Amino acid sequence: MQESNSLVTKLLLNDGELNPQKLDNVLGQMMGAQIDFADLYFQHAIFESWSLDENKVKSGSFEIEQGVGVRAISGEKTGFAYSDEINNAALLDAALSARSIAQLGQNSQQPTPFKKTATKPLYVDSNPIEGLQDADKVLLLQTVNQAARDADPRVKEVTVSLSGGREVVLVAASDGTYQSDIRPLIRLNVSVIVEQNGRRETGATGGGGRFSYDYFYQENRAQGYAAEAVRQAIVNLESVAAPAGEMTVVLGAGWPGILLHEAIGHGLEGDFNRKGTSAFSNRIGERVASDHCTIVDDGTLVDRRGSLSIDDEGTPTENTVLIENGILKNYMQDKLNARLMGMSPTGNGRRESYRHLPMPRMTNTYMHNGTHNPQEIIESVDKGIYAVNFGGGQVDITSGKFVFSASEAYLIDKGKIGAPIKGATLIGNGPDVLTRVSMVGDDMQLDTGVGVCGKEGQSVPVGVGQPSMRIDGLTVGGDSA
Amino acid sequence: MNTKSLSSHSQQALNSEEKKMLEAAEVALAQAKKLGCSDADISVNRVSGTDYTVRNGETETIERNQEKGLDIRVYIGHQIGNASTSDLSDTAIQDTVKAAHSIAKVTEGDPCLSLADPKLYAIEFQDLQLHHPQAWSAEEMAKHSLDLATQCEAAALQFDSKISNSEGASFSAYEGNSLMANSNGFIGFSRGTRYGLSCSVITGERDDMQRDYWYDSVRDLPDLMAADALGEKAARRALRRLGATKMATTKAPILFDATVAPSLLGHLNAAINGNAVYKKASFLAEKIGEQVFASHLDVQQTPHLLKAMGSALYDSEGVQTKDRSYINKGVLESYILSTYSACKLGLETTGNAGGVRNLQLTSSNTLSREALLKEMGSGLLVTEMMGFGINIVTGDYSRGAAGFWVENGEIQYPVHEITLSGHLADMFKNIVAVGDDVDTRGNTRTGSVLLEEMTIGGS
Repeated sequence: MQESNSLVTKLLLNDGELNPQKLDNVLGQMMGAQIDFADLYFQHAIFESWSLDENKVKSGSFEIEQGVGVRAISGEKTGFAYSDEINNAALLDAALSARSIAQLGQNSQQPTPFKKTATKPLYVDSNPIEGLQDADKVLLLQTVNQAARDADPRVKEVTVSLSGGREVVLVAASDGTYQSDIRPLIRLNVSVIVEQNGRRETGATGGGGRFSYDYFYQENRAQGYAAEAVRQAIVNLESVAAPAGEMTVVLGAGWPGILLHEAIGHGLEGDFNRKGTSAFSNRIGERVASDHCTIVDDGTLVDRRGSLSIDDEGTPTENTVLIENGILKNYMQDKLNARLMGMSPTGNGRRESYRHLPMPRMTNTYMHNGTHNPQEIIESVDKGIYAVNFGGGQVDITSGKFVFSASEAYLIDKGKIGAPIKGATLIGNGPDVLTRVSMVGDDMQLDTGVGVCGKEGQSVPVGVGQPSMRIDGLTVGGDSA
Repeated sequence: MNTKSLSSHSQQALNSEEKKMLEAAEVALAQAKKLGCSDADISVNRVSGTDYTVRNGETETIERNQEKGLDIRVYIGHQIGNASTSDLSDTAIQDTVKAAHSIAKVTEGDPCLSLADPKLYAIEFQDLQLHHPQAWSAEEMAKHSLDLATQCEAAALQFDSKISNSEGASFSAYEGNSLMANSNGFIGFSRGTRYGLSCSVITGERDDMQRDYWYDSVRDLPDLMAADALGEKAARRALRRLGATKMATTKAPILFDATVAPSLLGHLNAAINGNAVYKKASFLAEKIGEQVFASHLDVQQTPHLLKAMGSALYDSEGVQTKDRSYINKGVLESYILSTYSACKLGLETTGNAGGVRNLQLTSSNTLSREALLKEMGSGLLVTEMMGFGINIVTGDYSRGAAGFWVENGEIQYPVHEITLSGHLADMFKNIVAVGDDVDTRGNTRTGSVLLEEMTIGGS
């Protein structure tokens, strides 16, 4: 941890111009008669990306971003300002601006003395960008490109992108929080276009997590993504029109867990529930799913894309049970919403950067295993669809309506997997859909590490996962009525 | 944007921020030259503003934003590297250029990668009336913001006792400057302001809770929709959704409301973008000269509209923007091209690096909203769309929707939890008429769009 401390001092405290005592002074100046809480979020982020198409790595980019966000809270009111310069004068200026949320008064409160809480390291603290020569990154993209083209002669175009970065963050707050974290994150994406008899179809996949780039060389992962993208595209060449209307849907394991993220995840974020604007408001203790369903949000998984040692308010992340055997147990909380609801923070206070305010966000959201063999689930369905890969999803928190779009799905006829169907959007009602889960598989998988969640204009990396499951009635947006 | 070229204006015309931006660009260009780059392309941006949110009559958040950044692309022949930084100190800029240069050294190049042809650069810099700053102090800004947001939310909450909750009302005011410069000598400055007001309220409870909102976004504050009218509109939109039900799966005519119809233009934009076309990653690739829309339809951009959100004198490569027709009487006349994608297709850039500018769908069959509903007879009026089920390669379309069932031209009841599906190629050809109720708030503009038929997935 010595390494981490020196990096924090160098990158975030302007080579020692700032120190804990000075941060305590700034917080002290913000704590007036009406300010309940104040925090400082220092961030230094580096990011690179490389992309290949038409057999060539045509472009690469490098980005560096740093700054400090300053927040003051008075009751339900929040004042926020930030600076992309890290020095004492800029910090004081931002502090004054954030503090203007409340009337200036005599300082009556003092910040709690800083206290570091030990956290378990969940990922390496190295810098992925420096861990591999640029020329080798180009070679890695070419390897993936070649693997995709070798996989099938029908492959006409391959696009590959590689990205990696490292964030160093420090949170200092008036409640005594003083925590830092070093967060690597890498991702590799492949998409292909295949053509057969004039018909063109696509397939896309990828993976990553909080690793160094070594990860893509292990177990032939990079080539594996290429093969998987080609497989999906070839399947789609044979796809027929999807059916329209309400029917039985079997979801595969892993990435289809985007269902949980959209259908219940967002609706269980603390801010919407404090304000009473979520379809799940005031439902703790109620049944919102069948008793086969136990769902958690777990920020403590080693190396995962959605994992964090501490959230962006310095709270250590947790494994929070959201739904246990169908009963709603908990919301996901940041400090503000937890305090206003009389609950405890759950380590879900996240923000895109120092330029954004934190709010309750998911980490890795997944469903625990049931008892059924996945094959048994498919065999139980007389007529329906089996959906195994998805694109994006969206939810209306208030009405509870959510969508997610299948990119690889099949008809099920008399318990057997039939023809692949064209991509179709599935739509359902969050508080209701999981009550229709009649079978849960024993094949829980997490996704491969490509998820991005957007909320109020802020993007953060997340993970999802689930075992196979059968839903007795979900509306499928096909076009063969 | 108020654009000034150095050749036609003295340095005095620049404000102190713009002078700093110009200095930053000069540092970057000098460093690129020193490192042996053959060309470089730089943009420097500064944005500052405030967001003020009120909920249930009380201030909820005050956010003060101020961002700056420099983006550079360097060329070593036809190899490129990009880098960006939020730190505009000389050392940070020099390091950023170095990073771009070391990337350019290892990328594999493409003969089409180059700066835009200098003959195409913007040389006239007329005032598009995009910059209307308010001379307010921080205290005055806070007071005006609080007043507007409070008035707006109060109008929504008081509109009807069935408005049960609020997600709040927000007022935002932003001012930005940007500079573009390249090693061929192009320099362009632009300035702009944006004022936004929005309100979102909730009606109903538990199993029938509905939320809706309204917003306005303008360049000049006096043009902003009145706060109380905006709040009332948000309330009416939420109230009309109360009691929404699912409907049975069917095929029916569809009327895309003017608030959601711009998404159709967005899909056209993606499908005729040169980057998708040269990879043949679009169902409209190689369709130039073909009928791709119903013959009563045109799609054009008008980049020099005064005070409009999408207006600009030059694109992100410095190329002068022009009025341009993409669809003429339903025929695909032009792709949307940058220097690079144009070169890949053996064409000339359309000045659309960085995107389209005020793209609008027009029809020789333009009707009033009432006439459109009458023309539809029985069908679905779509007022909300959800999800991303659009495949530009194949044109397959499947999205979530909510709206109103219409019979004999009259709205009957709200519906939700349904899907709309079809194929974009058919949808474009099956447009029957377009409304005169054009939504001008965004960069893609159209009135309501009536389609002959689509599949509605329901219960």
